[in-house]
Amino acid sequence: MDANLVPLLPVVQVLVTALVVTLRDLFIKDDESRGILAFYSLVGLGLAGAEAVLLFGGRPESAFNDSFMLDRFALFFALVFILAAALTILTSIDYVRRAGIHEGEFYALILFATAGMIVMAAANDLMVFFLGLETMSIAVYVLTGMWRANGRSSEAAMKYFLMGAFATGFLLYGIALIYGATGSTNLTQISAYLLDQPTDWPIYLIGGGFLLLIGFSFKVGAVPFHFWVSYVYDGAPTPVTGFMSVAVKAAAFAAWGRILLYRLSPLDGDWVFPLWIVAIGTMTLGNLLAITQQSIKRMLAYSSIAHAGYLLIPIVVGLEWGGLPLLFYLLTYSFMTLGAFAVLTSMAEGGEARDGYSDFAGLGFKRPFLAIAMALFMLSLAGFPPLAGFTGKFYVFRSAVLSGQLNLAIIGVLNSLLSVVFYLRVIVAMYMEEGGAEGKSFRQAPFVYIAVAIALLGTIYLGILPADALNWSRQAFSSLE
Amino acid sequence: MMPAQGFGDLTLLLAIPVIGAALLLCLPRRQSAGLFAVALTASALAFLWSLKIFDRFDGSSGEMQLVERVAWVPAVGIQYIVGIDGISIFLVLLTTFLMPLALLASWSVRDKIKEYLIFMLLLETGMLGAFVALDMVLFYVFWEVMLVPMYFLIGVWGGTRRIYAALKFVLFTMAGSLLMLVAIIYLATRHAQATQVLTFNVLQFYELHLPVEQQYWLFIAFALSFAIKVPLFPFHTWLPDAHVEAPTAGSVILAGVLLKLGTYGFLRFAMPLFPDAAIALMPYLIALSVIGIVYGAAVAMMQTDIKKLVAYSSVSHLGFVMLGLCALNTQGVQGSVYQMLNHGLSTGGLFLMVGMIYDRRHTRLIAEFGGLWKQMPKFSALLLVVTFSSIGLPGLNGFVGEFLILLGAFRVTPRWTAVAATGVILGAIYMLWMFRRVIFGPLNNPENQKLKDLNGRELLILTPIIFLIVYMGVYPQPFLSRMQPAVELNLKRIFTLPVSPMAAQPDISGEQKNHGR
Repeated sequence: MDANLVPLLPVVQVLVTALVVTLRDLFIKDDESRGILAFYSLVGLGLAGAEAVLLFGGRPESAFNDSFMLDRFALFFALVFILAAALTILTSIDYVRRAGIHEGEFYALILFATAGMIVMAAANDLMVFFLGLETMSIAVYVLTGMWRANGRSSEAAMKYFLMGAFATGFLLYGIALIYGATGSTNLTQISAYLLDQPTDWPIYLIGGGFLLLIGFSFKVGAVPFHFWVSYVYDGAPTPVTGFMSVAVKAAAFAAWGRILLYRLSPLDGDWVFPLWIVAIGTMTLGNLLAITQQSIKRMLAYSSIAHAGYLLIPIVVGLEWGGLPLLFYLLTYSFMTLGAFAVLTSMAEGGEARDGYSDFAGLGFKRPFLAIAMALFMLSLAGFPPLAGFTGKFYVFRSAVLSGQLNLAIIGVLNSLLSVVFYLRVIVAMYMEEGGAEGKSFRQAPFVYIAVAIALLGTIYLGILPADALNWSRQAFSSLE
Repeated sequence: MMPAQGFGDLTLLLAIPVIGAALLLCLPRRQSAGLFAVALTASALAFLWSLKIFDRFDGSSGEMQLVERVAWVPAVGIQYIVGIDGISIFLVLLTTFLMPLALLASWSVRDKIKEYLIFMLLLETGMLGAFVALDMVLFYVFWEVMLVPMYFLIGVWGGTRRIYAALKFVLFTMAGSLLMLVAIIYLATRHAQATQVLTFNVLQFYELHLPVEQQYWLFIAFALSFAIKVPLFPFHTWLPDAHVEAPTAGSVILAGVLLKLGTYGFLRFAMPLFPDAAIALMPYLIALSVIGIVYGAAVAMMQTDIKKLVAYSSVSHLGFVMLGLCALNTQGVQGSVYQMLNHGLSTGGLFLMVGMIYDRRHTRLIAEFGGLWKQMPKFSALLLVVTFSSIGLPGLNGFVGEFLILLGAFRVTPRWTAVAATGVILGAIYMLWMFRRVIFGPLNNPENQKLKDLNGRELLILTPIIFLIVYMGVYPQPFLSRMQPAVELNLKRIFTLPVSPMAAQPDISGEQKNHGR
């Protein structure tokens, strides 16, 4: 019996926080303020983050017979998830009150989802991965539908659940086929099997790999499995949409990185070409559809599809060149996207989403800070230097060039050009059109401002001084070797 | 000269406008005079500091000087390297010289003045950075950073179709520059494979000898980006829109400095980095330049809006600059660099003066004017000088540049040069015709009879420009002698490389080797 429980520390920290929040919620009367719950959640996340930072310096540890591996790769992602969860909670504090969402459950579900994500990133066994995935998914299904006063929220939750269950089916079937072929669900042993026997794999092993690929494509919202994204992102409460487009996506990419890109890499000859097409299709379709949207929330939903496409470039390129850009890009993407959703959240008023371009008209001179921040997030998403989005894209395209996939780099930059059209439209609305935009002032929603400020600092810091973060990304992906 | 580790004088130059912008951000919005004062002080300080840098600059050397170097992202070899040579120092001076004047000319901007001034100062840093950057990623960063303030200046303070014009400006520029980014990354990858050194330092890239086929693609990617910026025919369509919609100061900076970044890019990057491809493709660039000269002049002649006329005249003038660069000999290139400065002064001056009468009459249609000589004698006299400078009248600065360019180009391609020379004649026609219709004739429009002549502020803006127009026309030697070593070094980079058989086109490179230096 392997009794090393140290690697479980961050997960348990987040889970215990979730339980504390759930229990404490029961002892608060209906008419009392529930702000203390957000405080507990943030403290818990802060502790989990501190533990992850401390463990990052140590050597990788595994638990439960090698099925749970808390290496730097997992810790890097754990920190991204914790950051996303913390910013989401900061963004939500004012929002959930106004929208009439139950606060206790809301924060607890975000914490449960975060715990599931950390398990996904650290899973070295297909069954453990699946456990983490389900923990995350079920929590997020509920979060999507928590705005019960709004019919679109319930509709989105239902659709997400059905689509998600479908994708889960693909994943589970793929896991079963791989188990059938290799005799194990442990990734170390599967990998050893693939290396021992470099040829004549049974056809159902390759089939299992493809089913996993389809399942992951669903989860990251890659074309042609992207149809759920716009409904779900549009219907979900705005902070939850931000959480999904960053943390859920990052978790899926973490598992994709460890399982397909690393452990099952001997199989990649079979799927490089289909993935190449998926990557290009995802970028292009995401950007084209984003141009046609009238609501900024839907535009961001499609743009998050496009960004999934950019993130697939390092995956097509392979672990050798693609590992570092994949991690670094996810980090940069987290800050700018969460920031954009935080600004979007601050616009909402009661039951109204206020997420159309016209709702932003004139914001630039009404709420200068929110507008400057939003403008910088948009420029960063479009890839303007010296912001995080530029550095992220620079390393992604560089990986494509280094590995000889020049065409991917060229298609990628042309897609960036397309994306400029709709990101700049937000700036046009804020600064160049007259209108009565109503953003919250700092007094009305202080925590959103804090979330925006943190995201803004991250976006600028990673753009101007990326050297440290690149170093962490390098350490993280090289811990897989 | 050993590069200094750490930050120095050039970095301070880049920092002065940013510090000014940061100060503005902290000041209250209502104090518009105070805001103006801060912005003007910052830009004036930047100008004085650039004069001090010019003083330290050694004009007898063509090498990079005052080089500063700081590691930025060591893992991939990106550095912060800045430096100046005899080409970039003058463009830096042009930028810092025009910026205070452009700010003074923004007096009529009342709306959202704080943001306006902040964007102007950020724009200045972006332009200066692009001129002094010696690391290709750093150059790209400044190149793109410039876009954003200009986008806002056109989009917020522009005319009626400002949003369309601003987006068109950004999309055109980015279309080229993004492909250049891929080319930069590819170039660095090749350099790393060949030398095992991870770097984006352009001075080290100069020593890389790439196979010709790769040079072709890379040159085209770079050239596209710069050609859009210049703008070279047929990539010029964004320019008239951007100029017509931009506020006066935006037009001054756009024509005066931003366009020069395109020609500067050819001279600093595209040509010396890919010499074989540059020599082989030069006939095509010459053809496009000459078409641009004649086309720009012909279209300018037909304009009814003075600002659009000046905008198209820029297409024509920048065609001359490109023609001189394409000659790839000392006279041609030197004339080009000189003409870049001239165009900044004369076209900058023209846009300023168009802005001055627009402030008075709120129209720019030529047909609305006539007979201004009687009402505005000072304005008319100064406009005459600037017009003559733009035409290239001997004794004023424009003549020196155009003459050198035609001299250089004639030695390479007499036929195309002959066609280009008609552009000089066409230029005289459309400028003088415009001048006659605006300034002479009867003063019969009642609106014009109330016009006031230039005030003290406007004279203060125009006097330095007129002074330089005359000074650079009668005594070009101090400028040309400092450019010459840098221009020659650049040409040496192009011609000392072994010209491979594929690139040897007899009509161009054959003559180059005989008397190209």
